[in-house]
Amino acid sequence: MSAPLVEVSSISRSYAMRSGMFGRATAVHAVDGVSLTIPKGETLGLVGESGSGKSTTGRIVLGLEPPDRGEVRFEGKPVAALGTQAWRAQRARMQMIFQDPLGALDRRLQVGTQIREPLDIHGLGTPAEREDRVRDLLRAVELTPAHGARYPGALSGGQRQRIVLARALATKPDFLVCDEPVSALDVSIQAQVVNLLCDLQAQLSLTLLFISHDLRVVRQISNTVAVMYLGRIVEIGSADDLFARPEHPYTQALVSASPAPGRRSAGRMVLAGDPPNPAARSQGCAFHPRCPRAIARCASEVPKLSSVGGGRQVACHLVTGPQARTQDAA
Amino acid sequence: MTPLVSIQGLSVAFSGVPVLRGVDLALGKGEALGLVGESGSGKSVTWLAALGLLPRHAKVAGSVRLDGREILGAPAATLDQVRGGRIAMIFQDPASALNPVLTIRKQLCEALALHRDLSGEAVKAEALRLLNLVGIPDAARRLSAFPHEFSGGQVQRIMIAMAFAGNPDLLIADEPTTALDATIQAQILELLATIRREMGMAMVLISHDLGVVAENCERVAVMYAGRIVEQAPANQLFADPVHPYAQGLIGALPPLDGPRRRLTAIPGTVPDPAHMPSGCAFAPRCSLAAEPCGAAAPTLAPIADDRAVACIRAEASRRALLGIAAE
Repeated sequence: MSAPLVEVSSISRSYAMRSGMFGRATAVHAVDGVSLTIPKGETLGLVGESGSGKSTTGRIVLGLEPPDRGEVRFEGKPVAALGTQAWRAQRARMQMIFQDPLGALDRRLQVGTQIREPLDIHGLGTPAEREDRVRDLLRAVELTPAHGARYPGALSGGQRQRIVLARALATKPDFLVCDEPVSALDVSIQAQVVNLLCDLQAQLSLTLLFISHDLRVVRQISNTVAVMYLGRIVEIGSADDLFARPEHPYTQALVSASPAPGRRSAGRMVLAGDPPNPAARSQGCAFHPRCPRAIARCASEVPKLSSVGGGRQVACHLVTGPQARTQDAA
Repeated sequence: MTPLVSIQGLSVAFSGVPVLRGVDLALGKGEALGLVGESGSGKSVTWLAALGLLPRHAKVAGSVRLDGREILGAPAATLDQVRGGRIAMIFQDPASALNPVLTIRKQLCEALALHRDLSGEAVKAEALRLLNLVGIPDAARRLSAFPHEFSGGQVQRIMIAMAFAGNPDLLIADEPTTALDATIQAQILELLATIRREMGMAMVLISHDLGVVAENCERVAVMYAGRIVEQAPANQLFADPVHPYAQGLIGALPPLDGPRRRLTAIPGTVPDPAHMPSGCAFAPRCSLAAEPCGAAAPTLAPIADDRAVACIRAEASRRALLGIAAE
């Protein structure tokens, strides 16, 4: 494993939320003590349901939002404060891709111009070199230079996401945060974009933070996967191992809720209760009200993320150490 | 035995552009049929057309029979009996299907009054029973709540309760769980399966999620560009897809276990309905396409019991899947 490119150490972020116009402001902990390490050239997948804080984590890592506590380091140096000169310089090397490509593109601007924009902003190359770079980028995302003259409205969903990807790659970034980049695409197009992303990552030795609710896509692209629930990481491990042998009851439920065509799963694990409300986090383990295996301790004590062997870390009172793991497997 | 619903040669055109180009589909009593395909393939339009829910400018042709009686173009009075009473529909976005300024009780009672001969206290009792049936906790008190006071999963439960208000024989569930989180999706699908078993109701599950369809349906129809290209029992389709498009869809799905492989993406994009290629609509994206594919659109032909495929290269495609060299 090479040196980490991105190190996130116990970041937290809370927002003030009012209930009603005159209600008292309550703190919503969107992200609560998240630590992650992404080695250079690898992909970390971040999965969780809506409200689990995965997008906020991505925004903090990019420096789009300051963390209340904790720190993000990029190549060993702390990420600069938003809007500063240093942050701008750093931002050319860290880019982001969002779920909705149409929302991320300007409908009234030719897509070639939009791909060139980051080069203009960061003052990279002469105008002629920029034009060349745009053509290269269009080819890199498997489009033709002719596509550059089109407007977003004249492109399909998959093509738009390729344009967004080309624009993100314009400044030759080292690090890419992808927030649900293929969720809005049809299955066959999704596969095209996932393959393209894997190819580009290998060619350009990109480091990725890949945020998605789709376990299949995350496994396909990630080396390591972290599962988030209500702002905390509940389980983290290697992608293949994690989904094959989930330890945390929540990960088990997620895997069980992702049916595979061709084989009917015998006993599907269906969680009771609603998705968690970040504003009304329960005492103890945030998952215990929906957990089928919760014990008394879960309601009072927050479980710590601790290693259970095999490179796996789990935050659950019921999963402790390598012994418990073999018991579960039996 | 007459099927519950039988659709024949159903076609739809919006301002001269054909979007549904001859769909044949039959559904037995109590059967669960999955309808898969990409956006724009005509999955939803099929049922909107069958129920007369498309805007006036849509040109609909063909035949849709319910218990042997034609309902396509039937008078409004007949359709009012069918919609909600015989065939109910739930949609992807439940929140926009409910009226935000009316209580749940009011909306449930409205549906009950329309489809059942109930009045006064009986309506309210039935509304409460339905809400309990779909698993809304504290139903008696929650009846007087407004839609925004429920979570996304609960709103979909309420939509399901409303769909059951008319005791339908068939439920069309159009992407019922797409907007929901994975664990909530599992809850809703289990609820649908339970109620369907208890009431012996047929269901059409429209979804782009092959896993969801595989697990909840007995039979699956794959749609592409306004036509059904393959129809088969669910387990057979996913184990042994024959149409190159069906193979492509299944190959494009990343596996959740086993070794990682490169996804077999289908090249290109879905054709624009206004500029359909001649012959087979999938030919331009198909790796097995041969010259005759461009000549005429293949018809859905039976290849085995309860299996049909619309592909003239079906044999070659089957061999390719089994890894046998062609010729």
